[in-house]
Amino acid sequence: MTAQTPDRSRRRPRTPVPRGRVRRPRAGRVPWILVVPAVAGVLFLVLPFAGMLVRAPWPTMGARVTDPAVLAALWLSLSTATVATVVSLLLGVPLAWLLARTEFPGRRFVRALVTVPLVIPPVVGGVALLLVLGRNGLVGQYLDAWFGLTLPFTPAAVVIAQVFVAMPFLVISVEGALRGADRRYEEAAATLGADRVTVFTRVTLPMVLPGIGAGAVLCWARALGEFGATITFAGNFPGTTQTMPLAVYMAMQRDPEAAIVLSLVLLLVSLVVLATLRERWVNAS
Amino acid sequence: MRDSSPRRAGRRGHRPLTGLAAVAALGVALTACGAEDTGPGDGADTFGDALSGELTVFAAASLTDVFAEIADDFQERHPDVAVTFNFAGSSELAQQINAGAPADVFAAANTATMEQVVEGEGLDADWAGEHGEHGLVFATNTLRIAVPPDNPAGIGDLADLAGDGVQAAFCAEEVPCGAATTTAVGASGLEITPVTYEEDVRAVLTKVELGEVDAGLVYSTDVISAEGRVEGLEFPEAEEAVNDYPIGVLANSGDSALAAAWIEAVTSAEGAAVLTGAGFGAP
Repeated sequence: MTAQTPDRSRRRPRTPVPRGRVRRPRAGRVPWILVVPAVAGVLFLVLPFAGMLVRAPWPTMGARVTDPAVLAALWLSLSTATVATVVSLLLGVPLAWLLARTEFPGRRFVRALVTVPLVIPPVVGGVALLLVLGRNGLVGQYLDAWFGLTLPFTPAAVVIAQVFVAMPFLVISVEGALRGADRRYEEAAATLGADRVTVFTRVTLPMVLPGIGAGAVLCWARALGEFGATITFAGNFPGTTQTMPLAVYMAMQRDPEAAIVLSLVLLLVSLVVLATLRERWVNAS
Repeated sequence: MRDSSPRRAGRRGHRPLTGLAAVAALGVALTACGAEDTGPGDGADTFGDALSGELTVFAAASLTDVFAEIADDFQERHPDVAVTFNFAGSSELAQQINAGAPADVFAAANTATMEQVVEGEGLDADWAGEHGEHGLVFATNTLRIAVPPDNPAGIGDLADLAGDGVQAAFCAEEVPCGAATTTAVGASGLEITPVTYEEDVRAVLTKVELGEVDAGLVYSTDVISAEGRVEGLEFPEAEEAVNDYPIGVLANSGDSALAAAWIEAVTSAEGAAVLTGAGFGAP
């Protein structure tokens, strides 16, 4: 996926990494067979957004955006999505490493399981979470009985729903990066006496950092847009569990213009964050 | 033993064809279904039946089972008619209709959403002139307190929902059942803060069924459809928030005669019996 030139971080000057700029062959014309579908693809993705811009109630925009309820939903969305991404990184990167670098029985099965949340409708995921972590759930009933802890209808439940839905994106990205990375560096480090943890932290991790960054961005974006699992597992209460997508859905029921405003706010904020992060992480290589 | 390898080869060779065959079979099955629906209606009724064509009905999600049952009967009597449904939240449907979705009939779960359509897309002028400018109310639905069968919090009336540590689920105010909830709770003068405002009444029902909340406000029809997985308690304040279900022929209906016939079927004695059986009240 990425990291064809993985030794950026090691800063060894003796072999200059061939840059694309230098090696570019005589390019010739840009083939229309690629350009036409590409332009169609961009239009397809951008036009709905343009439609919202056209229909947005611009005169009342300022007042609507600074509504405390909107700001509360936005803050909840940004904070839960960020926490969910951190949790996904802590659990997902080791999982991706296990899938890419080790052999264990049932590994292919585990990989298939990891992608299950990508396939099932998020609402079903939310019900599944209720069945396991709910007040009467398989695990949840003990959390309640032993610690007095009930997860549904709390911000923690929002984070759990987001992690469930978004972490697979991170795992898949990072696993792809790991498989694309040149293993000879790891082997060299191992022959020089580094143990597996050292190899992982000093060699593997820096090598696949762009992949982890891309995965984290994808994960964050998915968590930010999460709706189905959240409303099912965490419910919908303003200030506690009502994230922006839920607020958009509720506004859509009564006042479509308000829904457009909320959507634009969410889009704008996420675009700014993603653009900033992409420059930093993804294009860093 | 001799035929083992040719068979394997043959099987492998046929695999893509099996897929094709499955698709073809599915196609046949689907066509067959369509044909079957119109099959048993070859009775005396059908002779000279002028109704034919496709009818698209947009109806509130709470009408799913009832309308499906009425449709079976309707298609039996009018074999050349194919009824297609779009069941969803009333507000969502109203927006789809106002955005130009092709529909002949709209049945809403409250008068407010029907009003959105009356002011937007509009009702068929002839039909509305005869049956009402704001649609025809064909059923009512009343709120109940739904509790899990074992009723762990010992809920008896609406006031119990205001108790400390009682977790209640309401519909969001933006959807019809939420508006009714607000009216009923307002009429009681109680201050009840639920733990969640759900996006529709089925979501409230699910939370109660799973025991995630101690109680939820749902409709009497939802209690019946849950078939014992929840218990429904009547409460007097619900009378303040009875929901009317209006139905109407839409202005851009391709076949307003067919649409009107559907509405007649819903408001007929047979239709009313199906509605009552599902927990709806008479208008």
